Amino acid sequence: MNLTSAQLYVLQRLSAAVLAPLVLVHLGLIVYAIQDGLSAAEILSRTRGSFVWAGFYSAFVIAAAIHAAIGLRSIAAENLAWRGARLDALTYGAALLLMTLGARAVAAVVL
Amino acid sequence: MGADGGNLSVRIWKGGAGGRLIEFEAPQRANQTVLDVVTWVQRHRDPGLAYRFACRVGMCGSCAMTVNGKPRWTCRTHVAKVAQDSRLTIEPLRNLPIVKDLACDMTVFFEKWRDARGRFEGRATRYDDIECIAPETPARQAVDAGIECINCAVCYAACDVVAWKPDYLGPAALNRVWTLQNDTRDAAQAERLAAVAGEAGCHNCHSQQGCTTHCPMSLNPTASIAGLKRAVFMAALRGEV
Repeated sequence: MNLTSAQLYVLQRLSAAVLAPLVLVHLGLIVYAIQDGLSAAEILSRTRGSFVWAGFYSAFVIAAAIHAAIGLRSIAAENLAWRGARLDALTYGAALLLMTLGARAVAAVVL
Repeated sequence: MGADGGNLSVRIWKGGAGGRLIEFEAPQRANQTVLDVVTWVQRHRDPGLAYRFACRVGMCGSCAMTVNGKPRWTCRTHVAKVAQDSRLTIEPLRNLPIVKDLACDMTVFFEKWRDARGRFEGRATRYDDIECIAPETPARQAVDAGIECINCAVCYAACDVVAWKPDYLGPAALNRVWTLQNDTRDAAQAERLAAVAGEAGCHNCHSQQGCTTHCPMSLNPTASIAGLKRAVFMAALRGEV
């Protein structure tokens, strides 16, 4: 099923709204972990088995995959003059790739 | 501003897409417009120079050209305001095919106006009373804000998105659509919203505001397009587009 341009626009705006607070929390976490000198093992001990962190980073991955894929679609349309099936393949391919890579990363820290 | 005397060095585009700039000397006059300079060159130096104008008073929108790199209405642009060291470079508008010299082919510009359904489609007949529209209503004020477009294509030439994605409808057509979407007498608003929600539609706008910066009528097409984006957003949530 191919989404319409308007639906893609809505998805990109909604995913941006979801990403904005998640990115801030994520950056805050990085600063906290570095400042506090947490080791990888200490971080994993906090994330493994945690439904909260699993939920947080799953939402992050889904929103980022959607947002980035639609952004790449615009870049390809404007700078490479891609249209039609090629553009759809890029959009859905990029979303799937980012979703897969992100899911692997989430699984690695929470499972 | 700008007294008589001295000469202007004017470089004018000659030819089609593969043309080049030709340098002319033209006398500098008080209160001279860029269109005055182009006309002087055509009458005294190069009778074959092609350019377009009609009203000469900023109403018809036919004399827009690129002046020192920026799109402008040449009949209302004073040389004293834009010349740099008494130098002018005058080229045809960007984003439109060149017919010859300074004259562009406006066909695609008006085709997009049509494709966006930029014409009023009323529901009343001659037997109905004239509908009263209160000037203070938000819809009427939104119409007022965008209605004075003169179709000069300055915004279209200023738009980077049109340059990157030539099928994009562009700021003028979308600004027109926004005025119609706020016209309570119009009967085709759902169809028109669908026309601007497609692949070439309003959501392509990056809000860079080149259109608003250069619009000679001081309109704000970016704001009109933002209004359309909100309308398309809500219609998409309702599954209408």
